[in-house]
Amino acid sequence: MDKNVFVADRYDVIVVGAGHAGVEAALAAARIGCRTLLATLSMDNIAMMPCNPSVGGPAKGHLVRELDALGGEMGVNADKTCIQFRMLNTGKGPAVHALRAQADKKLYQFTMKETCENTENLDVKQILIDKLLVEDGKVTGVQVETGEIYESRAVVMATGTYLKGRIIIGEHTYMGGPNGQRAAMRFSDSLIEAGIKLMRFKTGTPARVDGRTLDYSKMEIQPGDDECRNFSFMSDVKTREQTPCWLTYTNEATHKILRDNMSRAPMANGIIEGIGPRYCPSIETKILRFPDKERHQLFLEPEGLHTNEVYVQGMSTSMPMDVQLDFLRTIPGLEHARVMRAGYAIEYDCIDPTQLKPTLEFKVIKGFFSAGQANGTSGYEEAAAQGIVAGINAAMFIKEEEPLVLKRSDAYIGVLIDDLVTKGTSEPYRIMTSRAEYRLLLRQDNADQRLTPLGRRVGLVQNDRWERFTQKQQAIQQAMEMLRKTSINPSQDIKTKLAEAGIEPIRNATSFYELLRRPDVSYDKLQTAFGLPELADEVRQQVEISITYEGYIQKQLEQVERMEKLEEKLLPEDIDYQQVPSLRDEGREKLEKIRPRSVGQASRISGVSPADVSVLLVWLEQQRRMKEK
Amino acid sequence: MQQGDTISAIATAMGEGGIGIIRVSGERAIEVATAVFRPASGRKLTDYGTQRAVYGRIVDETGAVVDEAVALLMQAPHSYTKEDVVELQCHGGIMPLRRTLQLTYQAGARPAERGEFTKRAFLNGRLDLSQAQAVMDIIGARTERSLSMATGHLAGHFSAEIQTMRHTILGQIAHLEAAIDFPEDEVDDVVTKDVIENVVDVRNKIRRLLCTAHTGRILREGLMTAIIGKPNVGKSSLLNALLREERAIVTDIPGTTRDSIEEYANVGGVPLRIIDTAGIRATDDVVEQIGVDKARAYVDQAALILALFDASRELTAEDEEILSLVDGREALILLNKSDLEPVLDVQQLKAKTCSEIIPVSTVNEDGLEALTQAIMAKVYTGDMSNDEGTFVNDERQAEILRRADEHLAACLRTIEAEMGLDFISIDLRSAWEKLGELTGETVGEDIIDEIFSKFCIGK
Repeated sequence: MDKNVFVADRYDVIVVGAGHAGVEAALAAARIGCRTLLATLSMDNIAMMPCNPSVGGPAKGHLVRELDALGGEMGVNADKTCIQFRMLNTGKGPAVHALRAQADKKLYQFTMKETCENTENLDVKQILIDKLLVEDGKVTGVQVETGEIYESRAVVMATGTYLKGRIIIGEHTYMGGPNGQRAAMRFSDSLIEAGIKLMRFKTGTPARVDGRTLDYSKMEIQPGDDECRNFSFMSDVKTREQTPCWLTYTNEATHKILRDNMSRAPMANGIIEGIGPRYCPSIETKILRFPDKERHQLFLEPEGLHTNEVYVQGMSTSMPMDVQLDFLRTIPGLEHARVMRAGYAIEYDCIDPTQLKPTLEFKVIKGFFSAGQANGTSGYEEAAAQGIVAGINAAMFIKEEEPLVLKRSDAYIGVLIDDLVTKGTSEPYRIMTSRAEYRLLLRQDNADQRLTPLGRRVGLVQNDRWERFTQKQQAIQQAMEMLRKTSINPSQDIKTKLAEAGIEPIRNATSFYELLRRPDVSYDKLQTAFGLPELADEVRQQVEISITYEGYIQKQLEQVERMEKLEEKLLPEDIDYQQVPSLRDEGREKLEKIRPRSVGQASRISGVSPADVSVLLVWLEQQRRMKEK
Repeated sequence: MQQGDTISAIATAMGEGGIGIIRVSGERAIEVATAVFRPASGRKLTDYGTQRAVYGRIVDETGAVVDEAVALLMQAPHSYTKEDVVELQCHGGIMPLRRTLQLTYQAGARPAERGEFTKRAFLNGRLDLSQAQAVMDIIGARTERSLSMATGHLAGHFSAEIQTMRHTILGQIAHLEAAIDFPEDEVDDVVTKDVIENVVDVRNKIRRLLCTAHTGRILREGLMTAIIGKPNVGKSSLLNALLREERAIVTDIPGTTRDSIEEYANVGGVPLRIIDTAGIRATDDVVEQIGVDKARAYVDQAALILALFDASRELTAEDEEILSLVDGREALILLNKSDLEPVLDVQQLKAKTCSEIIPVSTVNEDGLEALTQAIMAKVYTGDMSNDEGTFVNDERQAEILRRADEHLAACLRTIEAEMGLDFISIDLRSAWEKLGELTGETVGEDIIDEIFSKFCIGK
């Protein structure tokens, strides 16, 4: 018996990896009350941001709001540590308003570390996990590289880009994680041993340059919003110092250097084998795919308040160093730029997410969950969103309670996970608002209304959040009731008031509710003209949106209701599709591979036709009646 | 696929029997029926109890009478599907029946998929367990059949046309979505004027396609044709000439065998379904007794009337009655026996009818070419004559096109109201998805592919 191999401790839930998915998973499980271990290969790099120094944006910002509404940490942490906030897409419709923030990377990371260390039920340890322990299709724990074993009935893998990570800079490559960290070289093997199918993906990051060597006078300033904004429904930050970003462009000289050296690009010469994301192409890919474009924009983003490192957004590359240095200097404002960190590409193992249930538990291994970039996604927000769901469901598994499955009509988190487990992905997956069919319902402003009750149900939403939430909902209801019940008549006095407020006249008795439906009427106008009660900003916003866009919202709600009927029809976990007659071959094959949880999920699998769905419905009914007999 | 919404379809086989039934099933069935049906008693349809037959009229949105009908009201769960069901038994033949179906769509029903009433009946517990297999077979078979239809020549053209429209809309959606999802990338500003241009272009295409609904249906189902005329005017000779001229087609439509009540003639590529050929043959064989009464019955059913007149005799009272019968109907006046010494000529007839007059001789088959041309001209109407092969096939396709068009109209209103890109995209997506129902493609990944192929996006 190897002396190094011993059971060091026993936990309810073990989370492997402490990036954005890992910390949310661990915090969620611990806060729900499970004794949780968070294993990281570096205590100094918890919640590290290895790529861009920003959080949010369209759909990503929505995810942050949603995971905050469930009781997650990313929003709170960003509000504490970000150095610039902007609301994007104002004027394109309320559903696509999106908050985006620039983070102070180190501050973000250390604040999150502090939170993790001080959370009850949560142990954080610097250990590198080599092995997943599985017995009889159930997870039993993990084994550290030094031999010791930590036992648990639930494990969440949140291994990011660390599994057999390989860094590529031009012709130079080495095994490792981002930013000079170690790679986890053995864990993938133990996954394969456990019967899990892996894929190999690739992503990349641009160089960081020294801010003191940049000539900002040649760039356009990109300031934050004047208004102070927050991700978290719990944040009360009212003032914040805003640090600007800067905009500049590539030019023909840049493109020529890249074209001349294209044969040395790792993706061209076969050094990179992994599949990269389309939405985050390297600069060399951009030049190849869009040869007619005369320039590409670049944002210079500060990495923090206490560093000179500046991130060159738009310039992700894995070109050799000489090429990187050359082309950077062709860019206005970067002529004398000194590179502090090189751009690089990273290749890594991830799992095929169609092996997961919508709970993020593996179909074939009980108690084993997976979240984040390891599931084939990309982005801090996508990772965190899966992390909180995996953490909650690991806890539900331990407590033997109903798991949390978010529907596509509940949240972007639901869209993200449903896409992953139903359709799989052939490139690092990024969330987008265009992926959501009920976009108008999934607004960032109503994330609390959609999700806080669910967070409460699983025990993650604490009393302070719950009280704040219920008070807000009451205020909204009261305001709506008041607007419905209060009417005005077209008297002379009223006519004058309307005219003064710049509102079109009314002909009959009209409720304030009806008035608010007009595009030219806001609550503010009514308040000034008729002395309506003052409403808190977030209450007024809810009232206005739900009244102004009522027609559109109603239509989407009807679509949801119809779809819901199929979502509620659960398919038995042990269903044998060979025994279901009349399915088409392709449909049968896809159903067998994905093994959907509900008929609704089945209907979204490509290759499953509407006729197959009808057959499933009839078959389910047949089975139900046979059981009754 | 989604239970709960209200579906409607013609429940009887086409062209058989005097009565056609439209079945409406779902939550809003009674509402839909109330909108299209007025009881003769002047009472409301909902005043009658379940399982009652109510006599009345089908009316369109202006209140004009479309047909006489009997409505059968069956409240859930006492119906075939266990949902609220209304059956409208229409008496006026195929054209009013189709019009009625269209009216039920306008009133809120959607076209039923084949087998859908039966599926609902089973899912709602109406059919017994042993029938489950049969239900699944029907649904499964449906795909096979529509697949084989989709590979057909006509359908191929049609889906190509739809795909072109979808592609145009997709381009617009991708631009809007790229602008929304990547506000800080270099996506050109969405110019609503361009969106409007594209939308109007697609709407025009839809309108043109809808004009072909008539043609497509005829090519698929045949043109219901009646041959009328006084005794011994040459009806059976014409029939024989038509059948001989172009080999008669045997169709697979159940219940139509060659010598029962219908005969198929292919005239210039247009299938004619000639009504009650048995009757025509019988009269020529034995007793000449077919007269105006019989003609009247034919005319009601027919979409095209071939009225025969004898050029070698004076107009009789019977002829006059037949002329008044075809007044206002799609008809061709055939002046037969043009090979004999003329007594009645084209000019004389022209004074009495607006229909086109063609001199023919069923004996030496003169004028049949002119007849063929005249029939083709009636079927291939308008500017579609050059655009062979693209036809709207049935009422379901037409309804889907109309709904897609409504979404496009809504899109234009949204732009007008300056509602924001998100809302323009919602309307366009609805139109795009609707059109996808015609080609069987509705998966969303296309939008994202389109965004990435068109726009250079990323950090």
